[in-house]
Amino acid sequence: MIPGVGTLTQDTLWCFSQVKGTIEIGTTEADIISTVEFNHTGELLATGDKGGRVVIFQREQESKNQIHRRGEYNVYSTFQSHEPEFDYLKSLEIEEKINKIRWLPQQNAAYFLLSTNDKTVKLWKVSERDKRPEGYNLKDEEGRLRDPATITTLRVPVLRPMDLMVEATPRRVFANAHTYHINSISVNSDYETYMSADDLRINLWNFEITNQSFNIVDIKPANMEELTEVITAAEFHPHHCNTFVYSSSKGTIRLCDMRASALCDRHTKFFEEPEDPSNRSFFSEIISSISDVKFSHSGRYIMTRDYLTVKVWDLNMENRPIETYQVHDYLRSKLCSLYENDCIFDKFECVWNGSDSVIMTGSYNNFFRMFDRNTKRDVTLEASRENSKPRAILKPRKVCVGGKRRKDEISVDSLDFSKKILHTAWHPSENIIAVAATNNLYIFQDKVN
Amino acid sequence: MLSKGLKRKREEEEEKESLAVDALWLDPGHAAVAQAPPAAASSSLFDLSVLKLHHSLQQSEPDLRHLVLVVNTLRRIQASMAPAAALPPVPSPPAAPSMADNLLASSDAALSASMASLLEDLSHIEGLSQAPQPLADEGPPGRSMGGAAPSLGALDLLGPATGCLLDDGLEGLFEDIDTSMYDNELWAPASEGLKPGPEDEPGKEEAPELDEAELDYLMDVLVGTQALERPPGPGR
Repeated sequence: MIPGVGTLTQDTLWCFSQVKGTIEIGTTEADIISTVEFNHTGELLATGDKGGRVVIFQREQESKNQIHRRGEYNVYSTFQSHEPEFDYLKSLEIEEKINKIRWLPQQNAAYFLLSTNDKTVKLWKVSERDKRPEGYNLKDEEGRLRDPATITTLRVPVLRPMDLMVEATPRRVFANAHTYHINSISVNSDYETYMSADDLRINLWNFEITNQSFNIVDIKPANMEELTEVITAAEFHPHHCNTFVYSSSKGTIRLCDMRASALCDRHTKFFEEPEDPSNRSFFSEIISSISDVKFSHSGRYIMTRDYLTVKVWDLNMENRPIETYQVHDYLRSKLCSLYENDCIFDKFECVWNGSDSVIMTGSYNNFFRMFDRNTKRDVTLEASRENSKPRAILKPRKVCVGGKRRKDEISVDSLDFSKKILHTAWHPSENIIAVAATNNLYIFQDKVN
Repeated sequence: MLSKGLKRKREEEEEKESLAVDALWLDPGHAAVAQAPPAAASSSLFDLSVLKLHHSLQQSEPDLRHLVLVVNTLRRIQASMAPAAALPPVPSPPAAPSMADNLLASSDAALSASMASLLEDLSHIEGLSQAPQPLADEGPPGRSMGGAAPSLGALDLLGPATGCLLDDGLEGLFEDIDTSMYDNELWAPASEGLKPGPEDEPGKEEAPELDEAELDYLMDVLVGTQALERPPGPGR
């Protein structure tokens, strides 16, 4: 690894690389990006949006002539993954918004990814076609069948090169297994199964079987009046194919072992931090609700995001996290307003860098935050068009909490709560990050010396 | 301050009250005795939460996480509004708190029962049996109006919501509704008994009763079939 990659030292400077999306104000809601994900090599970057579309970017090959421009991402494929549906039986509209995309590891020339909306998961195959067969015997050049009587010779069709075409085809559709809204999908390390989680249940699928799934977690109470908690996120362990975690709206994480029983209603481990009595309020539960849970690449830690903090947990210690990072603690005194305008229900995601030494998550005003777990340094950066000159270095931002506001600081009351960074992604091995700001996708890289 | 959009001045004042009570609540040194200011601010949070619950249920398919979090928050607020239950013992007139306690306890039971039926409705989605999604009145009732809206309007509102699929069975839906609650004297015309302007509540025994009546109204609108049984309030 390049020295400096994977740490957030004073020397790490983040630069603007690219931005995708339109500049117009008043964009359609369909263009709002709802998920971002690099594939396992970082060669591809996928986004899903509210309109049910998936856009895949591919990193161009680095050329020796342009050392300063480390491979840029260009559009590789665009397709409509999900369409709006109407469930006539229940008189319900099913949104086409893509909630999550997860890549499968590459096993041949084609790329595979899972994309899901609230109800249906689909497996897409993205493949290239750059050759075309010519010289059919039974068909003419337009593909029409020839009259057999006119065929007098036999020839072997040959493959001729053609312009590169990237096709996306739906290979599997996994439907009708979720009553509630799917919030997570996770590919198992065995590459044969994956899970999908909704508010109350988690199902295990085999990639080859679409008409059946196994229910492995069910927290629906017998009497719905006893419902006080929902599942908010779930993920498989990166190496142990029998282990997964799921988080709840009450700020707890359960680790389950599928070998223990068919229905994993009894957890193997239960992670919960006791409530801090000095911070108790009416909103304690809402802000403790976990919006994202991610295993570290090593599989030794899990990271959780709740409304105000990011926490790192050691799998071997259940009673409290080993690290807690304040994302935007200045909002603690504003919870009532944030409850009123529903911002308190926003679901932020969090990501690890490739070496698990830095974690990143989004905030408001198009700010996003990075925390270095080793140096304990943190930085606030902004995704905005103003900082969008090529290779422009991003200047750290600061929110002024009270008292005198310095020149470059922004006061809490000036923050724009409609500009939220909910979805971010980090390249698996390099310091390249993708940040979704409403309908724009920003790509930042660290400065190449 | 934070949210974009039009804010009426009265809401801003409520918000400031709410922020104030937030600070009060966070201050462990402050004796959280249920005198009028915290009660009024709690009650404005309470109303806000009921409103959110309302709007959440208006969705054709409510966001379960949002719903559960709002309901749990509502229960917390309600628990804090019960003076005897949540707080250290304070010398106060014995009759009022116990009565308020009864009212809140019973309305908590009503809330639970109402939530039960609402969440049962959601579970019916899974069973593919058609359950009427309770539709709420247009817009939130003003605080001073409380239970003044005609109760029978709730039944009318349920009609159009489900009518598209249940045209034939509409009559059947309401067959088993116990209408005796509409004969209850508590649902007498609004001019009797209800006090407007809860910010000016003189005594704490008034505040829970007013909110309880509002809660009843909203629960009635939402559920429409729950029979609320409780003793008549004081001063009626």
